[in-house]
Amino acid sequence: MGKNNQNIHFVVGLGSCGIAAGAKDLYEELASKIKNNSNASLSHTSCNGMCFKEPILEVFYPDGNRLMLGNIHKKDLDKVLEPLLNQKSVDEKFVVENSRQPDKKEKFQQKQHKIVLENCGIIDPDNIVPYLERGGYKAVKKALGTMSAEQVVDEIKASGLRGRGGAGFSTGTKWQLARNNKAEKKYMICNADEGDPGAFMDRAVLESDPHKVIEGLIIGGYAIGANYGYFYVRAEYPLAIKRLKLAISQATEKNLLGDNILKSNFSFHLKIKEGAGAFVCGEETALIASIEGDRGQPRLRPPFPAASGLWGYPTNINNVETLASIPWIINNGSATYASYGTPKSKGTKVFSLAGKIARGGLVEVDMGIPLREIIYTIGGGTSSGKSFKAVQLGGPSGGCIPESLLDTPVDYESIAATGAIMGSGGMVVMDDDTCIVDVAKFFLAFTQKESCGKCTFCRIGTTRLLEILEKITAGRGDMSDLEALEDLSGKVKDLSLCGLGKTAPNPIITTLKYFKDEYEEHIKDKKCRAGVCKDLIDFSVIEKECTDATCATKTVL
Amino acid sequence: MSQVNVKIYVENYGKNKEAAIPILQAIQNDYGYLPLDVLNQVCEASEITKSHLYGVATFYSQFKLTPKGKNAIKICKGTACHVKGADVTIVAFKDQLGINIDQTTGDGEFSMETVACLGCCSLAPVVMINEDVYGGLSSSKVRSTLKKYGKE
Repeated sequence: MGKNNQNIHFVVGLGSCGIAAGAKDLYEELASKIKNNSNASLSHTSCNGMCFKEPILEVFYPDGNRLMLGNIHKKDLDKVLEPLLNQKSVDEKFVVENSRQPDKKEKFQQKQHKIVLENCGIIDPDNIVPYLERGGYKAVKKALGTMSAEQVVDEIKASGLRGRGGAGFSTGTKWQLARNNKAEKKYMICNADEGDPGAFMDRAVLESDPHKVIEGLIIGGYAIGANYGYFYVRAEYPLAIKRLKLAISQATEKNLLGDNILKSNFSFHLKIKEGAGAFVCGEETALIASIEGDRGQPRLRPPFPAASGLWGYPTNINNVETLASIPWIINNGSATYASYGTPKSKGTKVFSLAGKIARGGLVEVDMGIPLREIIYTIGGGTSSGKSFKAVQLGGPSGGCIPESLLDTPVDYESIAATGAIMGSGGMVVMDDDTCIVDVAKFFLAFTQKESCGKCTFCRIGTTRLLEILEKITAGRGDMSDLEALEDLSGKVKDLSLCGLGKTAPNPIITTLKYFKDEYEEHIKDKKCRAGVCKDLIDFSVIEKECTDATCATKTVL
Repeated sequence: MSQVNVKIYVENYGKNKEAAIPILQAIQNDYGYLPLDVLNQVCEASEITKSHLYGVATFYSQFKLTPKGKNAIKICKGTACHVKGADVTIVAFKDQLGINIDQTTGDGEFSMETVACLGCCSLAPVVMINEDVYGGLSSSKVRSTLKKYGKE
């Protein structure tokens, strides 16, 4: 972190979330306030996962003590800077952690186990040195220097790591398939087209620890025999792209990328491709079409990309979180990794916790932990204090899980048994103020808009499903609509080519399964108990209490 | 942006179809949108056909064929933002600016669109104006936020 031990060192978290909460203003103000103070220094890191505490300021004292302040804004600096510089206490409302009070631990950190996120919010992501100091690129050295490519594949297979992008296919097996296909050229691609609304772990990892993902990609390239790699990153993540570009140039300078990496026989060249805003490009054949400069439409598999991918060459595509797990597995051994989690879902998984949750942010836990512990123990329950209604898992391909199933362990099979999917790990918590029919409508509006239009049932089926939901939420539904929803959902699932269409009906299927009474209320009673569906709400002014003639329109909006 | 020599795009990104998306991104970066005459010139200077370039330009939501306002407002419509009232924030923006989604104000100052997810879900509802990201932008804060961009 470039800390001088004689100094009081300040660190501000500058991830996208932090910046949105005001961390950049805080950083600049602090920089100007301490610029003439030779006893104080300042640097930045990215995201430590505690989004609900942003902006976050950490203070490191020469005596080794450390203080973490949260929800601290530029305007608060006048109050806290003097005491901080003089090692005096500050207003407790800002203090998240204090090494002098070891029992004052942030509840959000309970039950967490950080492998993928081990450096996030700790290192300066714009600098390669802190990453190297924390053991960075040791896994590349170990793999290239002491292991054969086959051994690397076997190690990843033995770790039990499964694709963290959602599908959950064995990463080692995927590598093996790509390795087995002999060709003059092969490609290794990192899928950073994190399109699920509600999931932001890939953005956070790329912004906070870009070198870790690059390291995973190099090892993957070595394992399958690919000398060329791509990052396919969403255009909506400009900060991630900027940090990644910088990290690639730093790694190239140190000969961790390029020809004959670390004097080995292995060469690996890495490029960034920016996406242009199409959810379907998260699907691997659509992603390949997009890199090739085409409209991002999926094609039939087989042939799988492992046999014929980018420009027709064998190609392997892994998600950001999957690749970020690789260096740890190589360094610590597959057996250690496999000792975490459940028999079928090994290791840890990162979830992004958002919606009506008291402590929202990024959470990394061992696979198999019950949903309830993530939502209540770590997340602190609903932010509103109202009753928990459902948690939406897996984005538009996923489903809503009710309170009665909160003891479900988070592993691929158990989550799938509820009708939802693990997906990339987005968890959006909903309380009594959320209308479940409206949520289903929201997701269908999303998939309908994002359907690439190739398959009839995805293109037109999602449109018809959306129309039915619009009719119900407008109070014009009848009971036969529910049958139509079920029937058409099944057809869209069966008759679509790619994952987008195959999973698009999931939000409807799960909400109909667990919350049918809410649909029936909308249809029979013309009532939306959450007060969300505007057409089903009657507004009237309570004249006795009305003090502002315009307030009613403000509320109705 | 005044005259840009379109050949520069082709020189920088290549003349094959692989270059289509980076070229379109560069044009949009320079002009704020994709002017049709520039697209035509790119096709003349490269091996990319008009049908291909237009097909790509209309497939991806990032690309706009009409000019955007001086201040581009992107309102996040991700799941977390939706359950935390993004729709109410959208109505407040519509009221303040007198325009709908995908429209530009008459004076060319503001344009407004919705985007899938900006990835700051814990700060929902989230709005991006130009390069600035605002978290917790409930309807009551819309007016004061727009003021920063010169809205009376």
